[in-house]
Amino acid sequence: MAAIALSASRRSFVMRYPSVVIFIGVLALFTLGVTILAEGFGIGVISTSFVKTLGKTLCLCLVALAMDLVWGYCGILSLGHMAFFGIGGYAIGMWLMYARTEIIVRESLAAAPLPPTPQEISDGIAGQIFGVVGASEFPPIWAFAHSLPLQLAAVVLVPGLIALVFGWLAFRSRVTGVYLSILTQAMTLALSLYLFQNDSGLRGNNGLSGLQNLPGLSDVPQSTISILFFWASALALGLGYVICAWMVSGKFGSVIRAIRDDEARVRFLGYSVEAYKLFIFTFTAVIAGIAGALYYPQAGIINPAEIAPIASIYLAVWVAIGGRGRLYGAVIGAAFVSLLSTWFTGGQAPDINLGFYTVQWVDWWTILLGLSFVAVTLFAPRGIGGLFDLISERRHPDRNGASLGPDPGALREKEADQ
Amino acid sequence: MFVVIRRIATCLLLCAALTSTAVAKEADAPIQTLLQSHGAEIKKSSRKSIGPAIDALAASGTPDAQTVLERWQAKEMWFHKDSGLFVFGQEADGGDLALFDVAGGGEIGTAPKKDYKQLKPNSGIRGMIAAALVQFQLNAPDPATRAIALDAIERDAEVSHLAALRASIGPERDLTLKARKERIERLLTIRFAEDDAERIAAIRGFSGDLSVDLRAALNPLVQTKLEVATDLPADAKVVRVGKELAHDEAYALLVERDLAPPRTDPQTLRETLIANIEGEEVAGVKVATLDTDDARAAVYATLAASGNAQPLVTDADVTGALERYVFFEVFTGAPVPVALAAQAALHDIEAKLALSQTVDLALDGLSLASIYFLAAIGLAITFGVMGVINMAHGEFIMMGAYTGYVVQLFVPDYTLSILLAIPLAFAVTFGAGVAMERLVIRWLYHRPLETLLATFGVSIALQQLAKNIFGTQARPLTAPGWLDGSLVFNDVIAISYIRIAIFVLAMIFLAVFLFVMNRTRLGLEVRAVTQNPRMASSMGINPDRINMLTFGFGSGIAGIAGVAIGLYAKVTSEMGADYIVQSFMTVVVGGVGNIWGTLLGATLVGTLQKGIEWLNPSNTLAAQTYMILFIILFIQFRPRGIIALKGRAAEA
Amino acid sequence: MSPKFMKTSAAALLIASAAPALADCPIKVGVLHSLSGTMAISETTLKDTMEMLIDQQNAAGGVLGCELEAVVVDPASDWPLFAEKARELLTIHEVDVIFGNWTSVSRKSVLPVIEELNGLLFYPVQYEGEESSKNVFYTGASPNQQAIPATDYFLEELEVEKFALLGTDYVYPRTTNNILESYLKQKGIPEEDIFVNYTPFGHSDWSKIVADVVALGADGKKVGVISTINGDANVGFYKELAAAGISADDIPVVAFSVGEEELSGLDTTNLVGHLAAWNYFQSADTEANSEWIAAWKDRMGEDRVTNDPMEAHYIGFNMWVNAAEAAGTTDVDAVRTAMYGQEFPNLTGGTAVMLPNHHLAKPVLIGEIQEDGQFDIISQTTEVPGDAWTDFLPESAVLTSDWKDLGCGMYNTQTSTCVQIKSNY
Repeated sequence: MAAIALSASRRSFVMRYPSVVIFIGVLALFTLGVTILAEGFGIGVISTSFVKTLGKTLCLCLVALAMDLVWGYCGILSLGHMAFFGIGGYAIGMWLMYARTEIIVRESLAAAPLPPTPQEISDGIAGQIFGVVGASEFPPIWAFAHSLPLQLAAVVLVPGLIALVFGWLAFRSRVTGVYLSILTQAMTLALSLYLFQNDSGLRGNNGLSGLQNLPGLSDVPQSTISILFFWASALALGLGYVICAWMVSGKFGSVIRAIRDDEARVRFLGYSVEAYKLFIFTFTAVIAGIAGALYYPQAGIINPAEIAPIASIYLAVWVAIGGRGRLYGAVIGAAFVSLLSTWFTGGQAPDINLGFYTVQWVDWWTILLGLSFVAVTLFAPRGIGGLFDLISERRHPDRNGASLGPDPGALREKEADQ
Repeated sequence: MFVVIRRIATCLLLCAALTSTAVAKEADAPIQTLLQSHGAEIKKSSRKSIGPAIDALAASGTPDAQTVLERWQAKEMWFHKDSGLFVFGQEADGGDLALFDVAGGGEIGTAPKKDYKQLKPNSGIRGMIAAALVQFQLNAPDPATRAIALDAIERDAEVSHLAALRASIGPERDLTLKARKERIERLLTIRFAEDDAERIAAIRGFSGDLSVDLRAALNPLVQTKLEVATDLPADAKVVRVGKELAHDEAYALLVERDLAPPRTDPQTLRETLIANIEGEEVAGVKVATLDTDDARAAVYATLAASGNAQPLVTDADVTGALERYVFFEVFTGAPVPVALAAQAALHDIEAKLALSQTVDLALDGLSLASIYFLAAIGLAITFGVMGVINMAHGEFIMMGAYTGYVVQLFVPDYTLSILLAIPLAFAVTFGAGVAMERLVIRWLYHRPLETLLATFGVSIALQQLAKNIFGTQARPLTAPGWLDGSLVFNDVIAISYIRIAIFVLAMIFLAVFLFVMNRTRLGLEVRAVTQNPRMASSMGINPDRINMLTFGFGSGIAGIAGVAIGLYAKVTSEMGADYIVQSFMTVVVGGVGNIWGTLLGATLVGTLQKGIEWLNPSNTLAAQTYMILFIILFIQFRPRGIIALKGRAAEA
Repeated sequence: MSPKFMKTSAAALLIASAAPALADCPIKVGVLHSLSGTMAISETTLKDTMEMLIDQQNAAGGVLGCELEAVVVDPASDWPLFAEKARELLTIHEVDVIFGNWTSVSRKSVLPVIEELNGLLFYPVQYEGEESSKNVFYTGASPNQQAIPATDYFLEELEVEKFALLGTDYVYPRTTNNILESYLKQKGIPEEDIFVNYTPFGHSDWSKIVADVVALGADGKKVGVISTINGDANVGFYKELAAAGISADDIPVVAFSVGEEELSGLDTTNLVGHLAAWNYFQSADTEANSEWIAAWKDRMGEDRVTNDPMEAHYIGFNMWVNAAEAAGTTDVDAVRTAMYGQEFPNLTGGTAVMLPNHHLAKPVLIGEIQEDGQFDIISQTTEVPGDAWTDFLPESAVLTSDWKDLGCGMYNTQTSTCVQIKSNY
């Protein structure tokens, strides 16, 4: 449906938003470049592990896009979107583990004198998957793990449903602002604590592992698989960007921005604020789920630590540093900060010798990140994306000293111009 | 000093000659002979085989035997690696060993440690030695030694102790010890006495007591065993199948007693089928088709019918077999009258126990509540009163705890160090709070979401900083000696002093908070600034200064809370993060802007968590999960908390 | 450092020119231990250990005439990052062997990568077993080298009749407790006498659990605690034990994750007599150990302690050196074949042997905590062969691992088939 609507309004949409075209162009060039340089189909200048890092970064950009939509455009500072991201990963991870193990178990049982019964196969798989956590039976949560379509549906449905129920409860009782943030954080904490328990049936702290080995593709080298996932991630990011851009371009976009700026006023104008918020919250949760489902097969392992509240806060950090209220800002923020993090914590950054003390970035990077985050919030609420305003010479309208409203980080003036 | 000189002299002069002569001298002593006769067991040092050696030493009854047992227990016995002779040894300087004769304890001299091997009795053997020492110690002149003997009896009672203990009650002059002896004597009577009437009397004598050691004496007496027979014997209690006893267990007992054939489990079924494979077929059925349980069962039935397998036991067979027998319980721990008396006593205890456990649980909940309250009270000021979201609150708690740790590095006296640490922690975190308010928060008063993010940035920076300075390993923050141990009401209800101290501290904070807010000028000004900063400033109040002080005050309290929390748990860089979400929950649940609400919130969260833990004792993580879920739901129904502010203040 | 380094490299050069070049010099040794994040405190020690071992080996002439070069990466206690870094080590740095990992979950994260790229990993920490990878040598204890002997000690020496299995909620305690439960039942301990409890990482509120443990004694049976509590949570646990006045004589606690390093965060006066089971204690009284401790303290500082995983690396590294020398190459398959039957003296006395199931035969030690934070070794067994698949769980009892003759790490002895060549992760 989005595609049809998109084509109908393509002309005006593209014209009004040249950044979308630029973004898609850059993404396509980047994908092409990486493909040529990588091992899978290209000349092999870039290592497989770096292709995986880039592929994962694209997924992070996608979830950052979702975060920007919900926070930068709708003003809901959700500290729970990495939880949805993780749920997506778990959903696909269950199928990957099940299917991979099923092949192994079927092979080993084929050698037995009697053909295996379905029960024996199921027991064998369960024993393999849960042996490490001291169990040998499938918990009910794995009921659909055998089916790829069902688990793919779960990637979308489970985060969507959780967001829908949680959002409905929260928005209905008019929990807003920081209260909502804390509540989403509590939800994330509850979810990660739940997954940490062995009783949750998802292997507790161990999580799901070996996800990079795709069932039935054991002969395909990882260099090829990494490129395939890289393409899929790029495609998802491109699609997500276009859809998000389209959503925020029309009347719908105006309403959600208005909700961000003054919720009460929008409500008095007759809009169902709760419905809009609920839609955005759920929709972005679904995007996050899809991003997670693409991310974790590249990472290879998912465990509850990935869902801990800190991850969601980092997501907000990326978006804030990239620049809220503009989609490319979120993408830039996620890519920039996560790649920089990898570089600094990977030990590649050179240590700085101050004479009396050697700054090792492994130890000091987090401090730098935390402080730069404070600095961005205080001094550059428009983030890295603000630099583009300097280039395009956009200026904020002069309001003669009047307050910029509750959220000056977003580009409401620029949007007002358009 | 003289001793050292003498030892050196001895060694210099006599070292070579002395070892051999001394060995010869001590080898003749009766105690050495006795030890040598059990040498192998003693050196093997295993509880399973050591019994005869300890018994022989105890039976010899000599003062030497007592000394040997005592010093052996204290890991002071050594033996020569070549000759196997036992000596008492004390580690001297330079890898040497000062040797003493096992007979009489006279000093022999020193020898290189590597020639000797230390006997290291494990705690099991030490317990046995302690039990053997009881006969020597029960009437010892030193009351402390007599108390040690009583400890040993309590831990590891033997039949022989009963008579010895009874004999020692009469001469006992120390009243406390006498009372203890009498109590233990009754416990031993319950366990070991020959006469049933005596045992029953002792059981009845304990009425109202619910201590663990009494229950430990009674419970073995009421041990029962499940039995099966065709007819019910007298005095036996029937156990109904399907009610108190599951069908499977009942049938398993029949199988165990060879009263019924075992059920065919899938494993045997499979193996039978495999055993009967002929070419591609089993009993005329293609092997490839046997991939369902039903198909396999059908083939098995065919095999059973043709006599190639054990017949299948059907459900009807099981029911029939169970109906033919009666299941009952018999007492195995004691004769029936004693067992019944014990059962009655335990029944009495049960009711009291349940009450005590509830009280204990409530105390635990209250204690946890006070910890949450303590963690949240600073937040109740910064968030509740000022409306500032401070995600670095947890890190202020951590800073307080580390301040305590650092103070203890410099001030070794624990009491003094804690007394110093509390004001210092307040000062440090007050300073940090003021700095943060000035540098970060005051620019963001109208942008709460960004306050949240900025303070979060501060939080991760502080956490990492603490890691860089102190490392990720937990650091010790030790409570002073007078806070060790716990306040014991009975064997069930007990609460550690440190938790009581935290509770008291929480109450003091509550009082301080109420006093500052309601009775001081600062409190008045704070309330004025929170309600209407412009109006307040036109009244001559400097809102900047007030905000700074209030924030500093809230942070300072967090610092003191950190010292308290560090005392009872641990000091790590991540300890703040453990409390931050719970603290916010506490404040939000209680109702923002009201200290009583925070108190109620903490009580609710604390007791709730303990309650859920009680329902699901094997998984503490579940308690935390469900607690958070409950809070999320609770906020749906009371979004403004238990105590909601009404009117204009609510909209502020 | 630098003169020493020059000397060693000069020595290595000399030898390199003299000996025939059998391998590409320098030989790269990957070190995959977290240097930041929650595990840094434990794993950094192991990184230092590896650097010390490599320096010592270089000083002694390197391996196959080549100097060894440590390639240290930081997976930052982030499990997915372990897989990424392992791939980086094997493909970009092309290391010949990796020494690394601490937590089981990080090992499980690395396994698929190591197996895909045919790497070689030495894993130095006690773990839950139920695994045998072709590409991993497990130099830490498996449950039958730590948990089972400790339980036997409880049953036989302390005559414990009732067990509280307390653990942190993750894979190692879960699997270990599962094995122990099954083992205890086989030993005749009824199910109702086994109390199992799991707490989250860093748990601090222990009052209820400690009270529950005390209450277990109400039926007159001796209670013992088997603790697989990990890391920081131990601090609160032992503090609460001390506060409740529980001495080791009343309710002994044996811990599998508390070593010298962990005790340094605690005041041990109230813990004297509680137990720990390991394959190594710093207090082991042998000459090799004194030298090792002296070398360690010389390099790292007087207040540093040594611990069990360090010894595991010590044995693993030396075995790898000897196997590479024996094979004449650092090629993974050749070294692996040469590893079987490798012997190397333990620091605690006796000789460790590498078995065809990639586990070591090592002695089991039980120590009592002393006031100075060290352990008094009160029991030392002869070498116990490590068992990849426990004998005490029905589904594992039929499995065996033999890479030498059967060429399979998960071989079902009942059906005589290899369940899988890759390991389960």
